[in-house]
Amino acid sequence: MIEAQDLTKKFGNTTAVQGLNLNVREGEVFGFLGPNGAGKTTTVRMLCCLISKTSGDATVGGLRIGRREDQLKIRQMVGVLPENVGLYEDLTAYRNLDFYGQLYRCPPQQRRERIERLLRMLGLWERRGDLVGTYSKGMKQKVAIARSLVHDPQILFLDEPTANLDPESAKTVRDFIFELKKEKRTIFLNTHNLDEAQRVCDRIGILKTSLITVGSPEELRSSLWGRKTVIHLSSVSDAVLSAVRDLGVRNVEKVGDTRLIVDVGDPDRENPALVRAVVKAGGEVRFVTELRPTLEDIYLRLLKSGGSPA
Amino acid sequence: MRFGQAWIVTMKDFGVFRRKRYILYSLVALPLILAIFLPASIVLTASPGAIPPSVLSSLLGTELVIFIVLAAMLPSVIGAYSFIGEKVEKSLEPLLATPTTDSELLFGKSLAAFLPSMGATLAGGVLFMALVDGLTRGQLGYSLFPNWNAAVILLLAAPLACVLSVEFSVIVSSRVNDIRSAQQLGSLIILPLVAIFALGETAAFAIDPYHLLIVSGILLVADVALFFVSMATFQREEILTRWK
Repeated sequence: MIEAQDLTKKFGNTTAVQGLNLNVREGEVFGFLGPNGAGKTTTVRMLCCLISKTSGDATVGGLRIGRREDQLKIRQMVGVLPENVGLYEDLTAYRNLDFYGQLYRCPPQQRRERIERLLRMLGLWERRGDLVGTYSKGMKQKVAIARSLVHDPQILFLDEPTANLDPESAKTVRDFIFELKKEKRTIFLNTHNLDEAQRVCDRIGILKTSLITVGSPEELRSSLWGRKTVIHLSSVSDAVLSAVRDLGVRNVEKVGDTRLIVDVGDPDRENPALVRAVVKAGGEVRFVTELRPTLEDIYLRLLKSGGSPA
Repeated sequence: MRFGQAWIVTMKDFGVFRRKRYILYSLVALPLILAIFLPASIVLTASPGAIPPSVLSSLLGTELVIFIVLAAMLPSVIGAYSFIGEKVEKSLEPLLATPTTDSELLFGKSLAAFLPSMGATLAGGVLFMALVDGLTRGQLGYSLFPNWNAAVILLLAAPLACVLSVEFSVIVSSRVNDIRSAQQLGSLIILPLVAIFALGETAAFAIDPYHLLIVSGILLVADVALFFVSMATFQREEILTRWK
């Protein structure tokens, strides 16, 4: 649905995005992670034909972003939620949405129905006649999300949709993204929120000017972190440690006096042998768990190491 | 360019302006003050017969030039809201993300600044002329207005001055971040027009159709020049990446 080949954007001597290669599938929620200034917003702006590319190419819904005659069609096809909500505070929520519905050339009847549906879904229908300036931050964000959907786009670009929201509003917005996911829309989600990306996204790309890696949260975990087994013992003796090392495991780490963290390729196959070896060496096993890295662990590790472009 | 897309933007801006008292006051108060105050200050303050009819008609005819200045002044007030308002509310990006071309957006927003400004200018001008005729018909023995000067001022020079001011507002908007600064900078456009008014008042410049057509010609040339500059300023990428 969204494909980029060697997409690059430079502002003067500064490279904002370098040689981006990407393929976002239809109906997928694709998370774009990266620190401030990594080029996430620039990428979205290029894909939505808001700014030009310097080199490379990309297609959105089969249309090329670099082709002048395709640009209006792409903007008609996609919904965009920018980082700043950018609503007209002196207009009502309904009028804000109606204005955008008109710009997207939605027929009046369809526009009315869609606005009502969206505002009801987001719990704002009763306040449709209030000026947006009187809304809370969370309510404004919901109206902005409704605005990006008013023309029923199949592709959505959401830039930090839960930034600066209180936990309750953030949850409402996240739940709404889940609803959109169920409707099989393709969603391109820029976010700083790793927990959100982990929960919502099918695949994640990590960007720092160039794309460092891409994969599902699970793939990223196993390929970049591996799988680790934690054995909790009464105490870790030297005999236990050498027994584990003798099994030929990739890495074993003693944490405190009571824990061993062991890198395992296949826990189902290796854990029973591991436990047997520990017990045989006199270790008293209390319990065995798997150490699952959070996306944050992976993200920080990748950014720290600089990563190698995917 | 699709006029319908531009008109949607214009109508939205009208909706925003309706909530801005400052705009409404400017649109109503300025033309009203000029239309009433100027003729009243001349006709009512002088004792009957103190001003010879030829001087009176010349003075009042010259006063109408102030409506060219007004036509340039009002867009600096409205245009600042139209362009900087979007900037302050950070609503330009979602607007630019719609399937609307740069020229449709620029035309729509320019129209939103032009139409109320010109409407108020024309209403003020008509009121001015009616009041002058009402107050001076007895003294002059004829109706001073309408005349060719009034036609050129209100139907040619004032609209051209208004367009110039709108274009200037677009350029100013790309460089400043608050409405007050935009209004102050935008109002600079009236200075050459005030000079024409002052020269007319001091009789250094004859206010007749010939000279008014020359002024209109100069305004037209300036309009065309600023049109290209404002078009170059109002580019999607320029707005998102370079507008301060």
